[in-house]
Amino acid sequence: MKIGVIDYGMGNLFSVEQAIKRLGCEVLISSDQKSLLTCDALILPGVGAFEDAMKKLNDTGLVTFIDKIVAVNKPLLGICLGMQLLFEESEENGYWKGLGIFKGVVKQFSGKDLSGKSYRVPHMGWNDLIFAKSPTWLEQLPTDNFVYFVHSYLATDMDEENLIAYAEYGDMKVPGIVQKGNVTGMQFHPEKSGECGVYLLQQWLRAVAKGVAVS
Amino acid sequence: MLTKRIIPCLDVKEGRVVKGVQFVSLRDAGDPVELAKFYNEQGADELVFLDISASHEGRETMVDVVRKTAAALAIPFTVGGGIRTLDDMKRLLRAGADKVSINSSAINRPELIKEGSDYFGAQCIVVAIDAKWSEEDQTWMVYTHGGRNKTDKKAVDWAKEAVALGAGELLVTSMDQDGEKNGFDLPLTKAIRDAVNVPIIASGGAGKAEDFYEVLHNIDADAALAASIFHYKETSVSEVKASLKQQGVPIR
Repeated sequence: MKIGVIDYGMGNLFSVEQAIKRLGCEVLISSDQKSLLTCDALILPGVGAFEDAMKKLNDTGLVTFIDKIVAVNKPLLGICLGMQLLFEESEENGYWKGLGIFKGVVKQFSGKDLSGKSYRVPHMGWNDLIFAKSPTWLEQLPTDNFVYFVHSYLATDMDEENLIAYAEYGDMKVPGIVQKGNVTGMQFHPEKSGECGVYLLQQWLRAVAKGVAVS
Repeated sequence: MLTKRIIPCLDVKEGRVVKGVQFVSLRDAGDPVELAKFYNEQGADELVFLDISASHEGRETMVDVVRKTAAALAIPFTVGGGIRTLDDMKRLLRAGADKVSINSSAINRPELIKEGSDYFGAQCIVVAIDAKWSEEDQTWMVYTHGGRNKTDKKAVDWAKEAVALGAGELLVTSMDQDGEKNGFDLPLTKAIRDAVNVPIIASGGAGKAEDFYEVLHNIDADAALAASIFHYKETSVSEVKASLKQQGVPIR
C-alpha cells in the first residue's frame, strides 16, 4: 500500500514518513498531483503558521487538488496544522480562510479559563483522548489513551457530529480527532505519540487497505 | 488531563552521550540512539539532546543522531547546543527533532527567538536559561557557556523577554543545584513559573525520586529534566513516574 504525504513546504515530514514506513507502507512525499493521485490515501502534515500554509497550498494549486481528493472519496488525514487547515477559517494573526471541509474556526488558546484561572499556552505534552464516538476506521478504542499535543490554536464551534475524540485542557474540550466522510484530522502528533499514536495510525492504515476509512 | 513530563537529558559530544558534574568532568555513558530507546521503554515523556560538540563535524554527527532517533522512536525530542541560525534550526527540525533549544545564541542575538518562532511556530522554540543566584544582585542572573560567563541579564527578566519574543517553552537550569543531587531549585523555578505563561521545564539538582514531586506538584512546573541519576541508574524514569502517580500527580 502506498501513502502520499503532501509536501507543500511546511514542517517536519521525516517523522511522519518514518512512522508510516514502520507500519509497513510505502511512502511518497510529493507536491506532484499526478503522483499523489496514485496513492491509496493522503496525509496533509504541517507545522508552522496557518497563513503561510494556506498561501503555499493556494500557490501550488493544492487547494483545488484537496477538494478533488475529497470529492473522489480518497482517504485524507490532516495532522496538527494539517487538521486545522481543514476548517473554515482561522484567527491566527488575522483572519484566514481555510479549506472549509469542517465547519468551525481555529482560535488561539486564551490562557485563562472562565473563572479567570490561568493555564499554560502552548498546550504541550501528553493528554488523554476522550472518545465521543468511535470512527469507522477504528476497530477498538485504544487502551492507552495518551497522545502528544503541541499547539497554541484549537478548532472551535465545530459540528459535534464530526467530533470523534477530545482532550480536556483549561476549561475546554480540545478537538483531538475529527472525521467527516473520507477526511480525518488529528490535532496531536500520532507519529510522536508512542503506543497510542502507533495504534491509531495502524488502525487508519488498516481501514484504508480495507476501503473503510470513510464514514 | 495534561500530564507532567519526565525528561531525561542526553549530553552528546561527537555522537556519544556524556554527562558532566557541574559541567566540568565528563564521563562516557553510551550511544544516544540506544539510550533513547531505553528511555522510551522506561516511559520517558520526551527527550532532550544537548549537543556539546565543539567542532563542525561533531554538529554534523548530531544531525545524524537526530535522524536515527526519529527513525527509531515515536516520542518527541528536543535538540539544543550550537544552534546559532535559522538554518541550524531547519537542519535539526527537518531531520526529525520536534523542538530546538537555544541558549547563548539567544542571549547574543535575541531576535533569533523571534525568527525561529515566526518560521516554525512558538511550540518549536525552547529557550534554555542557565541561572545562578547572585549575592551581589540579590536575584538569579543568566550565565552562558556552561555556567562560565555571567551576563548582565536577570533570569526572571530574560524569561519574560524570551516569551515576548516567541519562546514556546523555557528550560530553566539552576547552576547552583546542577550536579549536586540535592533537589531542584524550587525558588528559581517558582520565580520563573510565576513570571510567564508558557510551559516550564525544571532542570538541575535531581537526586532522588521525591525531588520530582516537589518541583512538579508544589511548584507546578510542567516538566522536570534530569540526566546523571537516570544514566547511572540511581533511580529510573519508571520509578519516578510510579512514585508521582502514587502521590496523585497526573502522569502518563
